[in-house]
Amino acid sequence: MVGQDSAVDVYRQALPVILVSLVAGLFAGTLLGTETMREGIRSVPGILLLLPAFLATRGGVYGSLGARLSSGLHQGLIDPHFEWNDRLRNAVVASFLNGMIVSVLIAVLAWGVLLVLGRSGNLLELIIILVVAALLSAFAMLGVLLTVLFKGYRRGLDPDNVIGPVVTTVGDVFGVVFLLIGIEVAGVIL
Amino acid sequence: MSGGGDASHGDRVPDDHHGEERTEDLLAEWTVGGIVSTLVPLLVAMSILQMVSGTVLESFEEQLLQYPSLLVVVPVMIGTAGNLGSIMCARLSTLLHLGTLEFTPANPDIRANVGAVIGLAATVFVLLGIASWMIGRLLGGSLGLGRILVITVVSGMLLSVWVVLVSTLAVYVSYQLGYDPDDTTIPVVTNVCDITGVLILFGVVAVVL
Repeated sequence: MVGQDSAVDVYRQALPVILVSLVAGLFAGTLLGTETMREGIRSVPGILLLLPAFLATRGGVYGSLGARLSSGLHQGLIDPHFEWNDRLRNAVVASFLNGMIVSVLIAVLAWGVLLVLGRSGNLLELIIILVVAALLSAFAMLGVLLTVLFKGYRRGLDPDNVIGPVVTTVGDVFGVVFLLIGIEVAGVIL
Repeated sequence: MSGGGDASHGDRVPDDHHGEERTEDLLAEWTVGGIVSTLVPLLVAMSILQMVSGTVLESFEEQLLQYPSLLVVVPVMIGTAGNLGSIMCARLSTLLHLGTLEFTPANPDIRANVGAVIGLAATVFVLLGIASWMIGRLLGGSLGLGRILVITVVSGMLLSVWVVLVSTLAVYVSYQLGYDPDDTTIPVVTNVCDITGVLILFGVVAVVL
């Protein structure tokens, strides 16, 4: 059955998800294009440099958490009722650590690239911005992902089908907002 | 750390009461150390690659700040390329598992998938051109609708052809090397698409502007 779909079938099935992701992307882009964000980009060298890596990291971290939890649900390793057990806690703590560790490394990488390009960069400022953004992302993404996975699973939604769009949509929108908040926080601290 | 949002209820459930049910190897896949040590090197490697697209964005900083429409386009272009690549990979690897995949352009299944991806790209990138022009206007930019449409549609269509090639190649190589394409191709392809998406977009921007 799957193999017999025509181009039109595939198009029809995929279009809603692609359009939702278009709207989310437009929202993220609009935030990037606002005067406040452009001011932030102007004032902190390296923001555009680290933007793609930061957005991709959250996709990698929470996409794989979602895939792991949905396999766990399917295999019966995790109860469909939210319960703070060993496995769930390990998976959540690990994804939190992954997000934080890689975000700090991205700040260092971006700073390194700035140096190589002969531009000035402030390592401490970039680290503060990314730690704040990664921390806020972790709370938002974990909250949304766990809620959607567990509530959806109980209502008969296959988590495999919803994780991708949820992670992309929520991640794109929140990622840019949290980067902006990080810039503001760094501005207050430094 | 409370787990955030709705996740924090049920915090105090004692967690060791089904101790005996667990088998060692299943648990080994669910340890914090195991998950972190698998994923962090991968994410770091990806981040290093992503610095390529970051460098391109950084070098177009002046134009991006001058024309907010272009900033609107960036996340959508990257996201859509990844989505199209994921659809292509997921569908091709399902065909592979079903045993009905032949890697030739004459294969009707491959044609259907390619047709769908190109059709989806055409739809999204025309809408994106119009939307980013309107949003750019609201944000105080001055880029005309014609130019924005040329940029989104030309770079979008180039990108979707590239996505089709990379996804098909990734599924093929993964299969030849003996890895399940379901596990390997989507992270590789979305990452490659992120980077080439930015490269193609700003290649076209450099020509048009």
